[in-house]
Amino acid sequence: MRKFLLFVPLVIFLILGTFFYLQLGKDTQYMPSALIGKNVPSFKMVSLKTDQVLTQDDLPKQPYLINFWGTWCPACHIEHPFLVELAEQGVTLVGVDYKDEKSLAEQWLAQKGNPYTMILMDELGRFGVDLGVTGAPETFVVNASGQIVYRHQGPINADNWSEIKGYLQ
Amino acid sequence: MIVLKVFVAWFVLTFSVSSVADELMQFSSALNKTRYQSLIEELRCPKCQNQNLADSASGISVDLREQVHQMIEDRKTDQEVIDYMVARYGEFVLYRPQQSSATILLWYGPFILLGLGFFTFAVVLIANRKKREALL
Repeated sequence: MRKFLLFVPLVIFLILGTFFYLQLGKDTQYMPSALIGKNVPSFKMVSLKTDQVLTQDDLPKQPYLINFWGTWCPACHIEHPFLVELAEQGVTLVGVDYKDEKSLAEQWLAQKGNPYTMILMDELGRFGVDLGVTGAPETFVVNASGQIVYRHQGPINADNWSEIKGYLQ
Repeated sequence: MIVLKVFVAWFVLTFSVSSVADELMQFSSALNKTRYQSLIEELRCPKCQNQNLADSASGISVDLREQVHQMIEDRKTDQEVIDYMVARYGEFVLYRPQQSSATILLWYGPFILLGLGFFTFAVVLIANRKKREALL
């Protein structure tokens, strides 16, 4: 019994060691989204292209991505060509022009191409807050039944696309 | 001279209180202002993990501070503001996590450890006493 007690610190060390080891290499910036498994929140926003008011009923019926971007956001510049590529592959993209100006956004799309099937103007960032966005670019995957299944913070690129793609169904 | 030093120290300390949250906000009552201050100090900035909303200068914090301000002025309760934030950003935004099965160790772990300590202490005491009695 006494001898067993001598091993207690070693056992505690091993348990803690394993625990900490498993935490290594994890993305410390990763934050789980509170909206996973929920429907896209209701909204009323103006379309960048048509100036019409759009609501959640106008969202695509097939699986799609909601991509938050803005002309003020440097990482969005890096992300944009890949989004254009995705659109060419047939991925449905809903763009949210986040805290941006209409004229700048139109200029951006004219120069770089428009990968989005619809673009919502979120000038004050209210819709962003409703979705728990922390900045741009940020992308949500919505499945065929209209539920949010995945959230990705930061630009989408060839490296992380394979994981995101898995949720798009 | 000493008076001057004291004055300089007072001046520096008084005006060096760092506050990023310096948007001009109008409150309908002093109570609302106090509630606002305590709420933004307890809510964590979702973008910058080690800062609260009060200290953070990130864009999202500015927006969320404005949201808190507006909800308070709309006569929402503190709990409603907290629920609003949790619904969007998860429990992550609370510096004081709510009590649930997931946070039970967080809340009561220290007390459990304290209890274990007392238990061990008592066991050792009793063992020692027995040993002493056996020696006598």
